[in-house]
Amino acid sequence: MRYSGLRLLYEGLRGHRGWPQAWAKAAPRPGYRVVIVGGGGHGLATAYYLATEHGCTDVAVLERGPIGLGNVGRNTTLIRSNYFHPDNIRFYDFSLQLWERLERELNFNVMVSQRGTLNLFHTEAQRDLFTRRANAMRLLGVDAEAVSRSEVKKLAPLVELDHGRYPVLGGFLQRRGGTVRHDAVAWGYARAAAAAGVDIVEHCEVQGLRCSGGRVTGVETSRGFVGADIVCLAVAGHSSRLAAMAELSLPIETHVLQAFVTESIKPVLDVVVTYGAGHFYVSQSDKGGLVFGGPIDGYNSYGQRGALPVAEEVTAAGLTMMPSLARLRVLRQWGGVMDMTMDGSPIISKTPVTGLLLNGGWCYGGFKAIPAGGWCTAHLIARDTSHPLAAHLDLGRFAAGRTVDERGIGPYPYLH
Amino acid sequence: MLQLCCPWCGVRDESEFRYRGDATVVRPPADAPVEEFAAYVYRRVNPHGWHREWWLHTGGCRMLFQIERHTLTHELRNVTSPGTKTAAADIAAN
Repeated sequence: MRYSGLRLLYEGLRGHRGWPQAWAKAAPRPGYRVVIVGGGGHGLATAYYLATEHGCTDVAVLERGPIGLGNVGRNTTLIRSNYFHPDNIRFYDFSLQLWERLERELNFNVMVSQRGTLNLFHTEAQRDLFTRRANAMRLLGVDAEAVSRSEVKKLAPLVELDHGRYPVLGGFLQRRGGTVRHDAVAWGYARAAAAAGVDIVEHCEVQGLRCSGGRVTGVETSRGFVGADIVCLAVAGHSSRLAAMAELSLPIETHVLQAFVTESIKPVLDVVVTYGAGHFYVSQSDKGGLVFGGPIDGYNSYGQRGALPVAEEVTAAGLTMMPSLARLRVLRQWGGVMDMTMDGSPIISKTPVTGLLLNGGWCYGGFKAIPAGGWCTAHLIARDTSHPLAAHLDLGRFAAGRTVDERGIGPYPYLH
Repeated sequence: MLQLCCPWCGVRDESEFRYRGDATVVRPPADAPVEEFAAYVYRRVNPHGWHREWWLHTGGCRMLFQIERHTLTHELRNVTSPGTKTAAADIAAN
């Protein structure tokens, strides 16, 4: 069924009893050309673009739980392409371009809201760094602009401009950045991929990878063996565990990242704001809650919960930036596990096992990259060669010494 | 909040410490092939379970020590000072 305003009106008059299931619940077949492990944003987007861009529909997406309950439904929903490395700017801006046309393409309202992403700066050195980053972006035709204190006041009136220790000198704005309804992204891609012929198999946990003679032949699952010519792992947070099933170790550590939502209030913030004197970013959801987050907890963890020291640090940074937030109560706090790579950049790559591909290492920036990640992974699967926009994200970059270290930190995942 | 047992200062809150990463990686000999060095610098086991790791007591004695921590439950055990091969103490997670 095609969704439209007219259909909404018609179903509304019938008490919303006529809506069919959005996507078919498939049972796994004995074999496929391509098996994608992980029904999150990247797995579903990969399946969708395989079917629509490359005509490959002999594809199954195997998901351990139900669609939408992994990281794709647990993030802070931001999209942007304000990076510094040219390769990253190109990749993330292509993602932003795909977001801009995603609703028409999927026939699904994913609520793309390009409300702008505003990074504050508090020192002249920081202003110079942001100016350099904005120039790098503009040289590649990507929008970025410097804004003055008075414009910051206009864009985000709650920001404390005259803080004694960290006064705001101005901001760095990407107007095309913003937010997207994260659950709808999973549902929209799942529905469109299923309609294009992909099998979306929920409640099917991959428990082993079957390899023979250095090549992958299928996956052992909780619902039996599923054969495949190509297996693509899209399980960020757990990539190391899946890779270990093929006796591979990856340049990845798993870390926990927390997020927070306050009680719902009337509209007070219609831009995404990132603090420059501490790790804190905030936006207001359409339901009215302020959604915010900060850094990772700082030590390897698979525990999907956060610890209090970082919760306190994030909240303190938020209150320094917007003191009036002190009047709000935090409604929910949660933690999700991230693949943190050794250079802070993701991995879309072949692996030493023939037929086994990896889409992972998204650190805590995987959500914004879903369309481009899926697009480039589908290209790698279908054409057997890296997409030009993701060629720099291969596994070989570490040993070859061409890491893509956006922040210049070095091989310390807990610092990225 | 973790409570780590520094071998020199005793049990203190996590906020006094800095994490310093996986303590199981071993630097290869100087004449080892480049692949071994790449694995040493970049590749990690990333266990879903017990993990031997370095912590630095920045807010106290500023000494490094090793501890085993369970990456799912955050339970702690076997604190050792650098160079010690055996467990010095067992402590429980908070």
